[in-house]
Amino acid sequence: MEALAVVAVLVVLCAVVALIAQPLRHGPEAVERSASARVRDLEAAREAKYQEIRDAELDARLGKLSAEDHRALDRQLRREAIEILRELDELQ
Amino acid sequence: MATFGRACLIIGLAVAVYGIAASIHGARAGRQDWVASGRRAVYALAALSATAFVVLEIAFLRSDFTFEVVASHSSTTTPLFYKMAAPWSSQEGSLLLWVLLLSVWSSLVLFLTRRRLRDVAPWATAVLLGFGAFFCALLVFLESPFDQLPVAPAEGTGLNPLLRHPSMMIHPPMLYSGYTLFAVPFAFAVGALATRRLDAEWIRSTRRFALGAWLFLGIGILLGARWSYSELGWGGYWAWDPVENASLMPWLTGTAFIHSIMIQERRGMLKTWNASLILATGILAILGTFLVRSGVLDSIHAFGASTLGVPFVLLIAFMLLGSIALVVSRRAQLRSEHRLDSLLSREAVFLGNNLVLVGLCAVVFFGTFFPLISEALTGDRASVGPPWFNRYMVPLALVLVLLSGIGPLIAWRRASAAGARRNLLGPALAGVAAAVAGAVLGAGSSPPTVLMFGLGAFVLGGVAQELWRGMRARRAMSGDGPLRALVMLVRRNRRRYGGYIVHAGMALMFIGIAASSALQDASDANLRPGQSMRVGDDLDVRYVRPTSGIVTTRDGRLEKIRFGAVLEVRRDGRRIATLEPSREFFPSSAIVAFGPVGRFFEGEATSEVGLKAGLMRDVWTAMTPDIDALRPVIDEGDEVYGKFADGDVTPQARSEALAAILVGITERYRNQPPPTTFRVIDSPMVTWLWIGALVVIGGGLIALWPAGDPAGRRVRARYAAQVARDLGTAEEREPVRSAS
Amino acid sequence: MDPTRKRRIRLVTALTAALLLAGALVYTTFSAASPERIPSQLADAEAGQTYKLGGRVVAGSVRRERDSMTFEVQDPKGPAKVKVHYSGSVPDPFREGREVIVTVKRGGDGFVGQRDSLVTKCPSKFEAEKTSS
Repeated sequence: MEALAVVAVLVVLCAVVALIAQPLRHGPEAVERSASARVRDLEAAREAKYQEIRDAELDARLGKLSAEDHRALDRQLRREAIEILRELDELQ
Repeated sequence: MATFGRACLIIGLAVAVYGIAASIHGARAGRQDWVASGRRAVYALAALSATAFVVLEIAFLRSDFTFEVVASHSSTTTPLFYKMAAPWSSQEGSLLLWVLLLSVWSSLVLFLTRRRLRDVAPWATAVLLGFGAFFCALLVFLESPFDQLPVAPAEGTGLNPLLRHPSMMIHPPMLYSGYTLFAVPFAFAVGALATRRLDAEWIRSTRRFALGAWLFLGIGILLGARWSYSELGWGGYWAWDPVENASLMPWLTGTAFIHSIMIQERRGMLKTWNASLILATGILAILGTFLVRSGVLDSIHAFGASTLGVPFVLLIAFMLLGSIALVVSRRAQLRSEHRLDSLLSREAVFLGNNLVLVGLCAVVFFGTFFPLISEALTGDRASVGPPWFNRYMVPLALVLVLLSGIGPLIAWRRASAAGARRNLLGPALAGVAAAVAGAVLGAGSSPPTVLMFGLGAFVLGGVAQELWRGMRARRAMSGDGPLRALVMLVRRNRRRYGGYIVHAGMALMFIGIAASSALQDASDANLRPGQSMRVGDDLDVRYVRPTSGIVTTRDGRLEKIRFGAVLEVRRDGRRIATLEPSREFFPSSAIVAFGPVGRFFEGEATSEVGLKAGLMRDVWTAMTPDIDALRPVIDEGDEVYGKFADGDVTPQARSEALAAILVGITERYRNQPPPTTFRVIDSPMVTWLWIGALVVIGGGLIALWPAGDPAGRRVRARYAAQVARDLGTAEEREPVRSAS
Repeated sequence: MDPTRKRRIRLVTALTAALLLAGALVYTTFSAASPERIPSQLADAEAGQTYKLGGRVVAGSVRRERDSMTFEVQDPKGPAKVKVHYSGSVPDPFREGREVIVTVKRGGDGFVGQRDSLVTKCPSKFEAEKTSS
């Protein structure tokens, strides 16, 4: 019984080590630095901004925002979105 | 088997420590391979803890009493379902469950985000593995589930019968899932602060983690309340018990966080507040785990003094100091980008909501820890009870419901007064109408309840108005039928409408809580068969006749003895229900102390509640038969059995004799029942609480549901248009997928 | 008034209000709380003050009447006992020899328990009745 337990433990140990060490055997990957992090951040910001524009539109349609308030807000949000898209283009 | 299980935990501890080192190294050196290795350490920990858990489960299922944990928490007569759940009724098993859930949820989250949050994820991995290592260390060095007994006893002590209820078995895994899930946004917040990357990407991910954790913890809390109401013999669903409060606190701050993070998402404000809030939530989740298991506060959940107090306090202190240090050292990144534009805006309402929720949490915290605070300050340990909690929670809850009604109806940034008035008018009228109706129909004796009716109706009216207007607007655009328009509306705006539905559910819950606490009638009476008792103004309960029986397991062993009653319930003279409460007596294993027959009445006893639930009223009843009156019969049974067993008889004959004696006792109970105390509670609108809970869960799931890939959709649409142009044909237009 | 000043005033007002409320809360709680006591500490109990009594139910001391109950509570580690008259819900795990907590006031020939305030410590594994085998 004890021998079986020891063997089982060794098997588990080997499996765990194999699992963990596998990425290391491939060697260092290309280093991801802040540039691509910024890109991903801008993409997330873009999605959030689009959602804001859609929300403002829905708010206007539901009467929470008056037509002229919505126009002003929509203009501002789209301006902010364009800024994000411009920065994204520069980085890509 | 036990050594194998223990080895898995030791390897798990080693793997966790390795993973911390690998992740941090990978993060600082910019090496993705080390980061990946660290991530795999989490997967490995999940696999190892799962293996250890399976080993423990098998031991329970096989009733392997060489395991000390099995011998003290299970028995051969425990039904299969409860044998499976018994592991986490023990200290060791529940710690193992915690590690398992932590590593499984962490693995899932890290796998799903393996290509995103590249800067933050390694640090988050290190923090999560830090928790894993801590709990593994507890399991390896202090509370091992794999401790062996030198001699396996013939029978275990069994699972406390109070825990034999399906809710009770799902409640701990759900709660622990909630606690461990809150460790995830905590870890990612630490990572984001460490790498100074509190940005849109972090917000998007953290919001979903927090929402998932919030949902699971909420479900766990609700299951506990439901169990308490329908199983325990006191008839309530919340007692302001320290352990209950411990699970409520992170839920409150978590709720605050999922609201205020939306402000940060839109306006780049409240960064310090949000970071502090999510860190505090993680700390409260660990504190909750600690309170449940350490016995430091008096609670019906007291699992006894334990050796875990010091390590947990150290962990919490470390988390607290570390969080403060991180937030203070990163204050440059945490500066707000904008300011509050107007007090008449959704941002301001969310801010108010946050203040109220944090206030609620502070009150609960103060009340829960008051014994320790008073002892530290005055040397005298004093505590506060439900009346104190209710006094402060009620006004705050009323304000919270009010804000949850205003929020959806008001615009972001800056709402116009005219627009606000227009949107608030309808729901406000609904609220006033409901309050008046409530006052007239009987709630007038409790002004806070009337107010809650009004505010709840205000919220419900607001949500209904939003859904109606949104559906109409959508129909105007797309020409869909009303139902389809409604479905499409919710599908396209899951976050918004999921949130509204949650608000509606919470309103229902608060209405139910207010009515059932303030307006209930409770009565205790000692009755003989044929006698009646009156509850409140219009309820009559008559004790028709006693019932009794012996319940055996499938293999013929005696599981419990049941003494019950049949009660006839009449309201205003009309029969509305027949209730059959009972008391079930589980035998103790102490034959010598109590006698062979007597021991059947000296083990645990549980109440089986008689409940007639209705939409507007619940009638709840529990009974306590006076066993002392049966004492002479029981003693006689002991004598008879003793004389019989002394002679030359087979074990078979002995157990038959015992069975005959017990049957005789149960018959005696039916024929000459001792006086029985009945507790009857007539509470209004309790069902609204459970219905509201289901609505909240539904809304939470809708809000959490992934909405597909908008960026991918746009790219595909662009390609589709390109293809159409190249081919010189008109493009296929799918109305749902048009870029909006 | 320029916006920054307005904001600062708002912040100061809010903080002051919060501090006052917190202070009021703390102050009233200290006078409203029930001190925790074990039987030996109840000798000098003041009339009218509620206490949270903790201790073990003395074996053989439980007497049930029509709609109330009397029992004795003993120090967990000492001989001092007090008598408690109690009416209200009795938790399922309540049993002689178990540890209980009940909110009481001086009354009768001992103490009177507050309705429904009886709590029994619920062990998740039961130890008291284990026989030696």
